[in-house]
Amino acid sequence: MNLSNDEVKHIASLAKIGMTEEELKLIGAQLSQILEQFQSLNALDTENVETTAHPTSITTVLRNDEITNEKANEDMLDNAPKKEQDFVRVRRVLE
Amino acid sequence: MASPNPWSLTISEAHRLLVRKQLSAVELTQSVIDRIKHTDSKINSFITVTEESALKSALDADSIIARGEGSLLTGIPFQAKDNICTAGITTTCASKMLENFVPNYDATAITKLKATGSVLLGKGNLDEFAMGSSTENSVFFPTKNPHNFNTVPGGSSGGPAASVSAEQCLFSIGSDTGGSVRQPASFCGVVGLKPTYGRVSRYGLVAFASSLDQIGPLTKNVRDSAFVLEAISGNDPKDSTSNSESVPAYAEYLDGDVKGLKIGVPKEYFVDEMDSDVACAVRSSIKTMESLGADISEVSLPHTSHALAVYYIIAPAEASSNLSRYDGVKFGYSHSESTDIWDALEKTRQHGFGPEVKRRILLGTYALSSGYYDAYYLKAQQVRSLIRQDFVNVFKNMDIIIAPSTPTVAFPLGDKISDPVQMYLNDIFTIPANIAGIPAISIPAGLIKDMPIGVQLMGPHHSEKTLLKAAHAYEQAANHGFLKPSIQE
Repeated sequence: MNLSNDEVKHIASLAKIGMTEEELKLIGAQLSQILEQFQSLNALDTENVETTAHPTSITTVLRNDEITNEKANEDMLDNAPKKEQDFVRVRRVLE
Repeated sequence: MASPNPWSLTISEAHRLLVRKQLSAVELTQSVIDRIKHTDSKINSFITVTEESALKSALDADSIIARGEGSLLTGIPFQAKDNICTAGITTTCASKMLENFVPNYDATAITKLKATGSVLLGKGNLDEFAMGSSTENSVFFPTKNPHNFNTVPGGSSGGPAASVSAEQCLFSIGSDTGGSVRQPASFCGVVGLKPTYGRVSRYGLVAFASSLDQIGPLTKNVRDSAFVLEAISGNDPKDSTSNSESVPAYAEYLDGDVKGLKIGVPKEYFVDEMDSDVACAVRSSIKTMESLGADISEVSLPHTSHALAVYYIIAPAEASSNLSRYDGVKFGYSHSESTDIWDALEKTRQHGFGPEVKRRILLGTYALSSGYYDAYYLKAQQVRSLIRQDFVNVFKNMDIIIAPSTPTVAFPLGDKISDPVQMYLNDIFTIPANIAGIPAISIPAGLIKDMPIGVQLMGPHHSEKTLLKAAHAYEQAANHGFLKPSIQE
Protein backbone atom coordinates (compact mmCIF):
# COMPACT_ATOMS: atom_id res chain seq x y z
CA MET A 1 0.00 0.00 0.00
CA ASN A 2 2.01 2.94 -1.26
CA LEU A 3 0.52 6.41 -1.58
CA SER A 4 1.90 8.49 -4.43
CA ASN A 5 3.06 12.02 -3.88
CA ASP A 6 0.04 13.28 -5.83
CA GLU A 7 -2.33 11.27 -3.64
CA VAL A 8 -0.82 12.73 -0.47
CA LYS A 9 -1.03 16.22 -1.99
CA HIS A 10 -4.70 15.62 -2.80
CA ILE A 11 -5.49 14.46 0.76
CA ALA A 12 -3.63 17.46 2.21
CA SER A 13 -5.62 19.80 -0.01
CA LEU A 14 -8.90 18.15 1.08
CA ALA A 15 -7.82 18.59 4.73
CA LYS A 16 -6.68 22.16 4.01
CA ILE A 17 -3.24 21.63 5.47
CA GLY A 18 -0.32 23.28 3.73
CA MET A 19 2.74 21.07 3.33
CA THR A 20 6.29 21.43 2.08
CA GLU A 21 7.62 18.87 -0.44
CA GLU A 22 9.71 17.37 2.35
CA GLU A 23 6.68 17.00 4.67
CA LEU A 24 4.66 15.42 1.87
CA LYS A 25 7.37 12.82 1.31
CA LEU A 26 7.76 11.94 5.00
CA ILE A 27 4.04 11.84 5.77
CA GLY A 28 3.38 9.86 2.57
CA ALA A 29 5.80 7.16 3.71
CA GLN A 30 4.33 7.12 7.22
CA LEU A 31 0.72 6.98 6.01
CA SER A 32 1.60 4.13 3.63
CA GLN A 33 3.13 2.21 6.52
CA ILE A 34 0.06 2.81 8.71
CA LEU A 35 -2.38 1.85 5.92
CA GLU A 36 -0.43 -1.39 5.50
CA GLN A 37 -1.45 -2.30 9.06
CA PHE A 38 -5.12 -1.90 8.11
CA GLN A 39 -4.96 -4.62 5.45
CA SER A 40 -5.61 -7.29 8.10
CA LEU A 41 -9.24 -6.14 8.20
CA ASN A 42 -9.75 -7.44 4.67
CA ALA A 43 -9.39 -10.99 5.97
CA LEU A 44 -12.67 -10.59 7.90
CA ASP A 45 -15.98 -11.42 6.28
CA THR A 46 -18.28 -8.53 7.15
CA GLU A 47 -20.85 -9.20 4.43
CA ASN A 48 -23.93 -9.04 6.67
CA VAL A 49 -22.48 -7.19 9.64
CA GLU A 50 -24.20 -3.98 10.72
CA THR A 51 -22.07 -0.91 11.34
CA THR A 52 -21.52 0.55 14.80
CA ALA A 53 -21.27 4.33 14.72
CA HIS A 54 -21.79 4.58 18.43
CA PRO A 55 -20.90 2.23 21.30
CA THR A 56 -24.06 2.64 23.36
CA SER A 57 -27.68 2.75 22.37
CA ILE A 58 -28.50 6.42 22.26
CA THR A 59 -31.59 8.13 21.01
CA THR A 60 -32.20 11.58 19.62
CA VAL A 61 -32.68 14.08 22.42
CA LEU A 62 -35.10 16.92 21.73
CA ARG A 63 -35.63 20.10 23.70
CA ASN A 64 -37.20 23.48 23.21
CA ASP A 65 -35.01 26.01 21.49
CA GLU A 66 -34.63 28.36 24.42
CA ILE A 67 -31.70 30.57 25.25
CA THR A 68 -30.23 29.40 28.55
CA ASN A 69 -26.73 30.87 28.47
CA GLU A 70 -25.76 34.41 29.27
CA LYS A 71 -24.64 36.72 26.55
CA ALA A 72 -20.86 36.38 26.23
CA ASN A 73 -20.08 38.28 23.03
CA GLU A 74 -17.14 40.13 24.51
CA ASP A 75 -15.47 37.02 25.91
CA MET A 76 -15.97 35.22 22.61
CA LEU A 77 -14.64 38.15 20.61
CA ASP A 78 -11.56 38.26 22.84
CA ASN A 79 -10.54 34.95 21.29
CA ALA A 80 -10.97 36.17 17.70
CA PRO A 81 -7.69 36.76 15.82
CA LYS A 82 -9.17 39.86 14.13
CA LYS A 83 -12.20 41.85 15.17
CA GLU A 84 -13.91 45.11 14.35
CA GLN A 85 -16.58 46.60 16.60
CA ASP A 86 -18.81 43.68 17.61
CA PHE A 87 -17.76 41.47 14.72
CA VAL A 88 -15.14 38.92 13.82
CA ARG A 89 -13.19 40.29 10.89
CA VAL A 90 -12.62 37.76 8.11
CA ARG A 91 -10.48 37.85 5.01
CA ARG A 92 -11.94 38.83 1.67
CA VAL A 93 -14.09 35.99 0.30
CA LEU A 94 -15.07 37.49 -3.07
CA GLU A 95 -12.58 38.83 -5.57
CA MET B 1 4.54 10.91 65.31
CA ALA B 2 5.05 13.89 63.02
CA SER B 3 1.99 14.60 60.95
CA PRO B 4 2.41 13.79 57.25
CA ASN B 5 2.92 16.48 54.64
CA PRO B 6 -0.57 17.56 53.54
CA TRP B 7 0.40 17.01 49.87
CA SER B 8 0.99 13.32 50.56
CA LEU B 9 -2.60 12.67 51.70
CA THR B 10 -5.29 10.76 49.85
CA ILE B 11 -8.72 12.34 49.41
CA SER B 12 -10.24 10.40 52.35
CA GLU B 13 -7.32 11.24 54.65
CA ALA B 14 -7.42 14.93 53.76
CA HIS B 15 -11.21 15.03 54.13
CA ARG B 16 -10.97 13.58 57.63
CA LEU B 17 -8.46 16.24 58.72
CA LEU B 18 -10.44 19.03 57.06
CA VAL B 19 -13.72 18.24 58.82
CA ARG B 20 -11.94 17.82 62.16
CA LYS B 21 -10.38 21.27 61.58
CA GLN B 22 -6.91 19.74 61.99
CA LEU B 23 -6.03 21.07 58.56
CA SER B 24 -7.48 23.96 56.59
CA ALA B 25 -8.15 23.88 52.87
CA VAL B 26 -5.81 26.86 52.48
CA GLU B 27 -2.99 24.99 54.26
CA LEU B 28 -3.61 21.92 52.12
CA THR B 29 -3.67 23.92 48.87
CA GLN B 30 -0.56 25.89 49.84
CA SER B 31 1.27 22.67 50.65
CA VAL B 32 0.37 21.20 47.24
CA ILE B 33 1.37 24.42 45.44
CA ASP B 34 4.74 24.37 47.24
CA ARG B 35 5.14 20.74 46.20
CA ILE B 36 4.49 21.76 42.57
CA LYS B 37 7.07 24.54 42.86
CA HIS B 38 9.67 22.16 44.28
CA THR B 39 9.15 19.30 41.86
CA ASP B 40 7.70 20.49 38.57
CA SER B 41 10.96 21.76 37.09
CA LYS B 42 11.93 18.06 36.93
CA ILE B 43 8.59 16.60 35.88
CA ASN B 44 6.84 19.28 33.81
CA SER B 45 3.36 17.97 34.41
CA PHE B 46 1.65 21.38 34.56
CA ILE B 47 1.11 23.72 31.60
CA THR B 48 -0.60 26.31 33.82
CA VAL B 49 -0.67 26.68 37.62
CA THR B 50 -3.48 28.89 38.91
CA GLU B 51 -2.08 29.68 42.33
CA GLU B 52 -4.09 32.80 43.06
CA SER B 53 -7.51 31.44 42.13
CA ALA B 54 -6.69 28.12 43.84
CA LEU B 55 -5.99 29.84 47.14
CA LYS B 56 -9.19 31.85 46.77
CA SER B 57 -11.22 28.66 46.15
CA ALA B 58 -9.51 27.08 49.16
CA LEU B 59 -10.60 30.01 51.31
CA ASP B 60 -14.17 29.56 50.07
CA ALA B 61 -13.91 25.84 50.86
CA ASP B 62 -12.84 26.65 54.41
CA SER B 63 -15.99 28.72 54.95
CA ILE B 64 -18.14 25.92 53.53
CA ILE B 65 -16.49 23.47 55.96
CA ALA B 66 -16.82 25.95 58.85
CA ARG B 67 -20.57 26.06 58.20
CA GLY B 68 -20.61 22.28 58.50
CA GLU B 69 -21.59 21.94 54.86
CA GLY B 70 -19.69 20.50 51.95
CA SER B 71 -18.87 17.02 50.78
CA LEU B 72 -15.93 14.68 50.44
CA LEU B 73 -14.21 16.76 47.79
CA THR B 74 -14.65 20.13 49.50
CA GLY B 75 -11.24 21.76 49.79
CA ILE B 76 -9.47 18.98 47.84
CA PRO B 77 -6.95 20.35 45.30
CA PHE B 78 -7.02 18.85 41.80
CA GLN B 79 -5.58 19.26 38.34
CA ALA B 80 -7.44 19.01 35.03
CA LYS B 81 -5.95 17.92 31.71
CA ASP B 82 -5.52 20.91 29.46
CA ASN B 83 -8.11 19.75 26.91
CA ILE B 84 -10.91 20.25 29.47
CA CYS B 85 -12.32 23.77 29.26
CA THR B 86 -11.91 26.06 32.26
CA ALA B 87 -13.56 29.49 32.26
CA GLY B 88 -11.03 32.30 32.29
CA ILE B 89 -8.04 29.89 32.25
CA THR B 90 -6.21 29.06 29.01
CA THR B 91 -7.12 25.66 27.60
CA THR B 92 -4.35 24.91 25.14
CA CYS B 93 -4.67 21.21 24.23
CA ALA B 94 -0.84 21.48 24.24
CA SER B 95 -1.16 22.93 20.74
CA LYS B 96 0.10 26.10 19.15
CA MET B 97 -3.39 26.29 17.65
CA LEU B 98 -4.95 26.99 21.07
CA GLU B 99 -1.93 28.43 22.89
CA ASN B 100 -3.84 31.61 23.82
CA PHE B 101 -7.39 30.25 23.87
CA VAL B 102 -9.34 31.29 26.98
CA PRO B 103 -12.75 29.57 27.16
CA ASN B 104 -15.58 31.60 28.64
CA TYR B 105 -17.23 28.51 30.09
CA ASP B 106 -16.37 25.47 32.21
CA ALA B 107 -16.67 21.88 31.04
CA THR B 108 -19.52 20.15 32.89
CA ALA B 109 -17.01 17.95 34.77
CA ILE B 110 -15.31 21.14 36.03
CA THR B 111 -18.66 22.75 36.94
CA LYS B 112 -19.55 19.65 38.96
CA LEU B 113 -16.19 19.56 40.74
CA LYS B 114 -16.37 23.28 41.53
CA ALA B 115 -19.87 22.72 42.95
CA THR B 116 -18.37 20.29 45.49
CA GLY B 117 -15.97 23.02 46.62
CA SER B 118 -12.87 21.27 45.29
CA VAL B 119 -9.92 23.44 44.33
CA LEU B 120 -8.61 23.70 40.74
CA LEU B 121 -4.80 23.98 40.83
CA GLY B 122 -4.11 24.24 37.14
CA LYS B 123 -3.92 22.40 33.86
CA GLY B 124 -2.04 19.20 33.03
CA ASN B 125 0.20 18.52 30.04
CA LEU B 126 -0.87 16.15 27.25
CA ASP B 127 -0.04 15.02 23.76
CA GLU B 128 -1.34 17.69 21.38
CA PHE B 129 -5.15 17.34 21.15
CA ALA B 130 -4.79 14.09 23.18
CA MET B 131 -3.15 12.35 20.22
CA GLY B 132 -0.26 10.24 21.45
CA SER B 133 0.95 7.75 24.03
CA SER B 134 3.96 9.50 25.57
CA THR B 135 3.12 13.22 26.09
CA GLU B 136 6.08 13.96 23.79
CA ASN B 137 3.63 15.47 21.28
CA SER B 138 2.99 18.47 23.55
CA VAL B 139 4.03 21.67 21.80
CA PHE B 140 5.37 23.02 25.11
CA PHE B 141 7.55 20.28 26.65
CA PRO B 142 7.51 16.55 27.33
CA THR B 143 6.43 15.42 30.80
CA LYS B 144 8.80 13.06 32.64
CA ASN B 145 7.85 9.90 34.48
CA PRO B 146 8.29 10.61 38.23
CA HIS B 147 9.73 7.10 38.69
CA ASN B 148 12.53 7.74 36.19
CA PHE B 149 13.03 11.13 34.56
CA ASN B 150 14.51 9.52 31.45
CA THR B 151 11.29 7.69 30.64
CA VAL B 152 7.90 8.87 29.40
CA PRO B 153 4.85 9.10 31.69
CA GLY B 154 2.67 7.61 28.96
CA GLY B 155 -0.08 9.57 27.27
CA SER B 156 -2.01 11.31 26.30
CA SER B 157 -2.90 12.15 29.95
CA GLY B 158 0.80 12.15 30.88
CA GLY B 159 0.57 15.38 32.87
CA PRO B 160 -2.36 14.14 35.01
CA ALA B 161 -0.75 10.73 35.69
CA ALA B 162 2.67 12.22 36.50
CA SER B 163 1.20 14.90 38.76
CA VAL B 164 -0.82 12.38 40.80
CA SER B 165 2.24 10.12 40.99
CA ALA B 166 4.50 13.01 42.10
CA GLU B 167 1.79 14.10 44.55
CA GLN B 168 1.43 17.56 43.04
CA CYS B 169 -2.35 17.24 43.40
CA LEU B 170 -4.69 14.91 45.25
CA PHE B 171 -6.35 13.87 42.00
CA SER B 172 -6.54 14.82 38.36
CA ILE B 173 -9.08 14.34 35.60
CA GLY B 174 -7.98 13.22 32.14
CA SER B 175 -9.62 12.00 28.96
CA ASP B 176 -9.46 8.50 27.49
CA THR B 177 -10.10 7.97 23.77
CA GLY B 178 -7.98 4.84 23.27
CA GLY B 179 -6.32 4.39 26.66
CA SER B 180 -5.18 7.93 27.44
CA VAL B 181 -6.11 7.64 31.14
CA ARG B 182 -5.23 3.96 31.72
CA GLN B 183 -1.91 3.69 29.87
CA PRO B 184 -0.26 6.63 31.70
CA ALA B 185 -1.81 5.43 34.98
CA SER B 186 -0.10 2.07 34.39
CA PHE B 187 3.25 3.75 33.55
CA CYS B 188 3.15 6.08 36.59
CA GLY B 189 1.79 3.66 39.23
CA VAL B 190 -1.58 5.33 39.85
CA VAL B 191 -5.24 4.36 39.45
CA GLY B 192 -6.87 5.43 36.15
CA LEU B 193 -10.53 4.87 35.30
CA LYS B 194 -12.29 5.17 31.95
CA PRO B 195 -16.02 5.18 32.71
CA THR B 196 -18.75 3.77 30.46
CA TYR B 197 -19.21 5.93 27.36
CA GLY B 198 -21.76 8.61 28.28
CA ARG B 199 -21.32 8.25 32.06
CA VAL B 200 -19.49 11.59 32.26
CA SER B 201 -20.59 14.54 30.13
CA ARG B 202 -18.21 15.45 27.32
CA TYR B 203 -19.43 19.07 27.28
CA GLY B 204 -16.34 21.25 27.35
CA LEU B 205 -13.95 18.41 26.61
CA VAL B 206 -12.21 19.50 23.41
CA ALA B 207 -13.42 16.93 20.88
CA PHE B 208 -10.97 14.41 19.45
CA ALA B 209 -13.04 11.32 18.50
CA SER B 210 -16.58 11.91 19.72
CA SER B 211 -17.77 8.28 19.73
CA LEU B 212 -14.78 7.22 21.86
CA ASP B 213 -13.86 10.17 24.12
CA GLN B 214 -14.61 9.89 27.83
CA ILE B 215 -13.41 11.89 30.86
CA GLY B 216 -12.07 9.86 33.79
CA PRO B 217 -10.27 10.27 37.14
CA LEU B 218 -6.60 9.59 37.98
CA THR B 219 -6.11 9.01 41.69
CA LYS B 220 -3.77 7.57 44.31
CA ASN B 221 -6.15 4.72 45.14
CA VAL B 222 -9.42 3.06 44.18
CA ARG B 223 -11.51 4.69 46.91
CA ASP B 224 -10.52 8.15 45.67
CA SER B 225 -11.42 7.07 42.13
CA ALA B 226 -14.92 6.18 43.36
CA PHE B 227 -15.32 9.60 45.02
CA VAL B 228 -14.27 11.52 41.91
CA LEU B 229 -16.36 9.35 39.57
CA GLU B 230 -19.47 10.02 41.64
CA ALA B 231 -18.81 13.77 41.55
CA ILE B 232 -18.33 14.07 37.77
CA SER B 233 -20.94 11.55 36.53
CA GLY B 234 -24.51 12.09 35.46
CA ASN B 235 -26.79 13.17 32.68
CA ASP B 236 -26.14 16.56 31.13
CA PRO B 237 -28.59 18.34 28.82
CA LYS B 238 -25.53 19.88 27.15
CA ASP B 239 -24.28 16.47 25.97
CA SER B 240 -26.96 14.46 24.19
CA THR B 241 -24.79 11.33 24.41
CA SER B 242 -24.58 11.48 28.20
CA ASN B 243 -26.86 8.86 29.68
CA SER B 244 -29.43 9.20 32.39
CA GLU B 245 -28.61 6.16 34.55
CA SER B 246 -28.69 7.17 38.21
CA VAL B 247 -25.31 7.84 39.87
CA PRO B 248 -24.69 5.61 42.89
CA ALA B 249 -22.38 6.53 45.79
CA TYR B 250 -19.73 4.23 44.33
CA ALA B 251 -17.52 4.28 47.44
CA GLU B 252 -20.29 2.71 49.51
CA TYR B 253 -20.01 -0.49 47.48
CA LEU B 254 -16.25 -0.98 47.75
CA ASP B 255 -16.12 -3.17 50.83
CA GLY B 256 -17.09 -6.80 51.03
CA ASP B 257 -15.58 -9.84 49.44
CA VAL B 258 -15.36 -10.89 45.81
CA LYS B 259 -16.09 -14.59 46.45
CA GLY B 260 -17.73 -16.11 43.41
CA LEU B 261 -17.09 -13.08 41.21
CA LYS B 262 -16.70 -14.51 37.72
CA ILE B 263 -13.53 -13.13 36.10
CA GLY B 264 -12.56 -13.93 32.52
CA VAL B 265 -8.96 -13.98 31.31
CA PRO B 266 -8.95 -13.26 27.56
CA LYS B 267 -6.33 -15.45 25.90
CA GLU B 268 -5.86 -12.92 23.07
CA TYR B 269 -4.37 -10.42 25.54
CA PHE B 270 -1.31 -12.55 26.21
CA VAL B 271 0.47 -11.85 22.94
CA ASP B 272 4.07 -12.13 21.73
CA GLU B 273 4.59 -8.36 21.81
CA MET B 274 4.08 -8.40 25.56
CA ASP B 275 7.08 -8.16 27.83
CA SER B 276 7.44 -11.44 29.79
CA ASP B 277 7.81 -9.58 33.11
CA VAL B 278 4.52 -7.81 32.41
CA ALA B 279 2.81 -11.13 31.64
CA CYS B 280 4.21 -12.45 34.91
CA ALA B 281 2.87 -9.44 36.88
CA VAL B 282 -0.60 -9.87 35.36
CA ARG B 283 -0.59 -13.63 36.04
CA SER B 284 0.28 -12.87 39.63
CA SER B 285 -2.62 -10.38 39.89
CA ILE B 286 -4.93 -13.09 38.57
CA LYS B 287 -3.67 -15.45 41.30
CA THR B 288 -4.38 -12.75 43.89
CA MET B 289 -7.99 -12.46 42.69
CA GLU B 290 -8.29 -16.25 42.75
CA SER B 291 -6.98 -16.37 46.33
CA LEU B 292 -9.75 -13.91 47.25
CA GLY B 293 -12.32 -16.43 46.04
CA ALA B 294 -13.01 -15.15 42.53
CA ASP B 295 -13.85 -17.74 39.85
CA ILE B 296 -11.22 -17.43 37.13
CA SER B 297 -11.75 -18.86 33.64
CA GLU B 298 -10.12 -18.38 30.30
CA VAL B 299 -12.31 -16.59 27.74
CA SER B 300 -11.91 -15.56 24.12
CA LEU B 301 -12.35 -12.16 22.48
CA PRO B 302 -11.52 -13.38 18.97
CA HIS B 303 -11.44 -10.01 17.17
CA THR B 304 -9.01 -8.35 19.59
CA SER B 305 -6.13 -8.29 17.11
CA HIS B 306 -8.21 -6.08 14.76
CA ALA B 307 -8.99 -3.44 17.39
CA LEU B 308 -5.89 -1.36 16.69
CA ALA B 309 -6.67 -1.05 12.97
CA VAL B 310 -10.33 -0.24 13.69
CA TYR B 311 -9.29 2.45 16.17
CA TYR B 312 -6.72 4.06 13.89
CA ILE B 313 -9.37 4.38 11.18
CA ILE B 314 -12.33 5.53 13.29
CA ALA B 315 -10.49 7.92 15.66
CA PRO B 316 -8.62 9.82 12.90
CA ALA B 317 -11.81 9.92 10.77
CA GLU B 318 -13.74 11.55 13.62
CA ALA B 319 -10.75 13.78 14.42
CA SER B 320 -10.45 15.01 10.83
CA SER B 321 -14.03 16.19 11.08
CA ASN B 322 -13.79 17.60 14.62
CA LEU B 323 -10.57 19.49 13.94
CA SER B 324 -11.89 21.14 10.80
CA ARG B 325 -13.12 23.94 13.08
CA TYR B 326 -9.57 25.24 13.51
CA ASP B 327 -9.53 27.69 10.64
CA GLY B 328 -7.94 30.75 12.23
CA VAL B 329 -11.12 32.81 11.90
CA LYS B 330 -13.12 32.84 15.13
CA PHE B 331 -10.50 31.71 17.66
CA GLY B 332 -7.08 30.15 17.92
CA TYR B 333 -3.88 30.60 15.94
CA SER B 334 -4.21 32.51 12.69
CA HIS B 335 -1.50 32.83 10.08
CA SER B 336 -1.33 36.55 9.49
CA GLU B 337 0.92 36.92 6.45
CA SER B 338 -1.71 36.06 3.94
CA THR B 339 -4.62 37.94 2.45
CA ASP B 340 -6.05 35.12 0.36
CA ILE B 341 -8.60 33.13 2.40
CA TRP B 342 -7.60 29.65 1.18
CA ASP B 343 -3.91 30.28 1.56
CA ALA B 344 -4.49 31.62 5.08
CA LEU B 345 -6.49 28.52 5.98
CA GLU B 346 -3.81 26.13 4.73
CA LYS B 347 -0.99 28.05 6.40
CA THR B 348 -2.90 28.38 9.69
CA ARG B 349 -3.30 24.60 9.83
CA GLN B 350 0.23 23.94 8.56
CA HIS B 351 1.83 26.03 11.32
CA GLY B 352 -0.80 25.62 14.05
CA PHE B 353 -0.84 21.79 14.20
CA GLY B 354 2.08 19.51 15.11
CA PRO B 355 3.18 16.42 13.13
CA GLU B 356 1.03 13.77 14.87
CA VAL B 357 -2.15 15.84 14.61
CA LYS B 358 -1.52 16.44 10.91
CA ARG B 359 -0.79 12.74 10.40
CA ARG B 360 -4.12 11.77 11.97
CA ILE B 361 -6.13 14.43 10.15
CA LEU B 362 -4.70 13.21 6.83
CA LEU B 363 -5.27 9.57 7.76
CA GLY B 364 -8.89 10.33 8.66
CA THR B 365 -9.43 12.46 5.58
CA TYR B 366 -8.13 9.60 3.44
CA ALA B 367 -10.34 7.00 5.15
CA LEU B 368 -13.41 9.19 4.57
CA SER B 369 -12.54 10.29 1.05
CA SER B 370 -14.41 9.31 -2.08
CA GLY B 371 -13.36 5.86 -3.27
CA TYR B 372 -11.90 4.75 0.08
CA TYR B 373 -14.86 5.25 2.43
CA ASP B 374 -16.21 1.71 2.01
CA ALA B 375 -12.81 0.02 2.20
CA TYR B 376 -11.72 1.79 5.36
CA TYR B 377 -14.34 3.69 7.35
CA LEU B 378 -17.34 1.46 6.64
CA LYS B 379 -15.26 -1.70 7.10
CA ALA B 380 -13.90 -0.38 10.42
CA GLN B 381 -17.42 0.35 11.66
CA GLN B 382 -18.47 -3.19 10.79
CA VAL B 383 -15.50 -4.71 12.59
CA ARG B 384 -16.34 -2.41 15.50
CA SER B 385 -19.63 -4.33 15.76
CA LEU B 386 -17.72 -7.63 15.86
CA ILE B 387 -15.42 -6.40 18.62
CA ARG B 388 -18.38 -5.09 20.59
CA GLN B 389 -20.18 -8.42 20.15
CA ASP B 390 -17.11 -10.29 21.49
CA PHE B 391 -17.57 -8.44 24.79
CA VAL B 392 -21.35 -9.00 24.84
CA ASN B 393 -20.74 -12.74 24.42
CA VAL B 394 -18.15 -12.94 27.18
CA PHE B 395 -20.23 -10.89 29.62
CA LYS B 396 -23.09 -13.40 29.27
CA ASN B 397 -21.03 -15.68 31.52
CA MET B 398 -18.52 -13.37 33.18
CA ASP B 399 -18.87 -10.41 35.57
CA ILE B 400 -15.62 -8.77 34.59
CA ILE B 401 -12.44 -9.33 32.55
CA ILE B 402 -8.87 -9.05 33.82
CA ALA B 403 -6.05 -8.20 31.40
CA PRO B 404 -2.82 -6.25 31.13
CA SER B 405 -3.10 -2.45 30.81
CA THR B 406 0.00 -2.06 28.65
CA PRO B 407 2.40 -4.44 26.88
CA THR B 408 5.49 -2.92 28.56
CA VAL B 409 6.52 -0.57 31.36
CA ALA B 410 7.35 3.08 30.55
CA PHE B 411 9.86 3.41 27.69
CA PRO B 412 12.71 5.94 27.33
CA LEU B 413 11.96 9.45 26.07
CA GLY B 414 12.58 9.68 22.33
CA ASP B 415 12.42 5.92 21.85
CA LYS B 416 9.26 5.69 19.73
CA ILE B 417 8.48 9.25 18.71
CA SER B 418 9.74 8.90 15.14
CA ASP B 419 7.93 5.60 14.51
CA PRO B 420 4.13 6.06 14.63
CA VAL B 421 3.33 2.36 14.21
CA GLN B 422 5.47 1.38 17.21
CA MET B 423 3.90 4.18 19.25
CA TYR B 424 0.38 3.03 18.32
CA LEU B 425 1.11 -0.49 19.59
CA ASN B 426 1.15 0.88 23.15
CA ASP B 427 -2.61 1.04 23.03
CA ILE B 428 -3.41 -2.54 22.00
CA PHE B 429 -4.87 -3.54 25.38
CA THR B 430 -6.73 -0.31 26.14
CA ILE B 431 -8.37 0.43 22.77
CA PRO B 432 -11.01 -2.37 22.80
CA ALA B 433 -12.83 -0.83 25.81
CA ASN B 434 -13.25 2.47 23.93
CA ILE B 435 -14.45 0.71 20.80
CA ALA B 436 -17.10 -1.12 22.83
CA GLY B 437 -17.85 1.85 25.12
CA ILE B 438 -17.35 -0.27 28.25
CA PRO B 439 -15.75 0.89 31.52
CA ALA B 440 -12.19 -0.14 32.39
CA ILE B 441 -9.78 0.64 35.20
CA SER B 442 -6.00 0.32 35.49
CA ILE B 443 -4.63 -0.31 38.98
CA PRO B 444 -1.01 -0.64 40.09
CA ALA B 445 0.12 -4.30 39.98
CA GLY B 446 3.67 -3.82 41.23
CA LEU B 447 7.10 -2.78 40.00
CA ILE B 448 9.27 -4.29 37.28
CA LYS B 449 12.88 -3.17 37.71
CA ASP B 450 11.67 -0.17 39.75
CA MET B 451 9.07 0.86 37.14
CA PRO B 452 5.32 0.56 37.80
CA ILE B 453 3.00 -1.67 35.82
CA GLY B 454 -0.79 -1.75 35.92
CA VAL B 455 -3.40 -4.45 35.58
CA GLN B 456 -6.70 -3.72 33.84
CA LEU B 457 -10.24 -4.70 34.76
CA MET B 458 -13.06 -4.29 32.23
CA GLY B 459 -16.78 -4.80 32.70
CA PRO B 460 -20.08 -4.47 30.81
CA HIS B 461 -21.71 -1.06 30.33
CA HIS B 462 -22.46 0.60 33.71
CA SER B 463 -20.56 -1.97 35.77
CA GLU B 464 -18.41 0.67 37.52
CA LYS B 465 -19.71 -0.46 40.92
CA THR B 466 -18.46 -4.02 40.35
CA LEU B 467 -15.21 -2.87 38.72
CA LEU B 468 -14.34 -0.54 41.58
CA LYS B 469 -15.21 -3.18 44.17
CA ALA B 470 -12.99 -5.78 42.47
CA ALA B 471 -10.20 -3.23 42.01
CA HIS B 472 -10.46 -2.26 45.66
CA ALA B 473 -10.33 -5.90 46.80
CA TYR B 474 -7.22 -6.42 44.67
CA GLU B 475 -5.60 -3.25 45.98
CA GLN B 476 -6.18 -4.33 49.60
CA ALA B 477 -4.89 -7.86 49.00
CA ALA B 478 -1.87 -6.86 46.92
CA ASN B 479 -1.07 -4.42 49.67
CA HIS B 480 1.29 -2.18 47.71
CA GLY B 481 -1.34 0.49 46.99
CA PHE B 482 -0.08 3.62 45.35
CA LEU B 483 3.46 3.10 44.03
CA LYS B 484 5.22 6.22 45.27
CA PRO B 485 8.26 7.43 43.38
CA SER B 486 11.14 8.84 45.39
CA ILE B 487 11.53 12.44 44.34
CA GLN B 488 14.06 14.72 45.98
CA GLU B 489 12.53 18.18 46.35
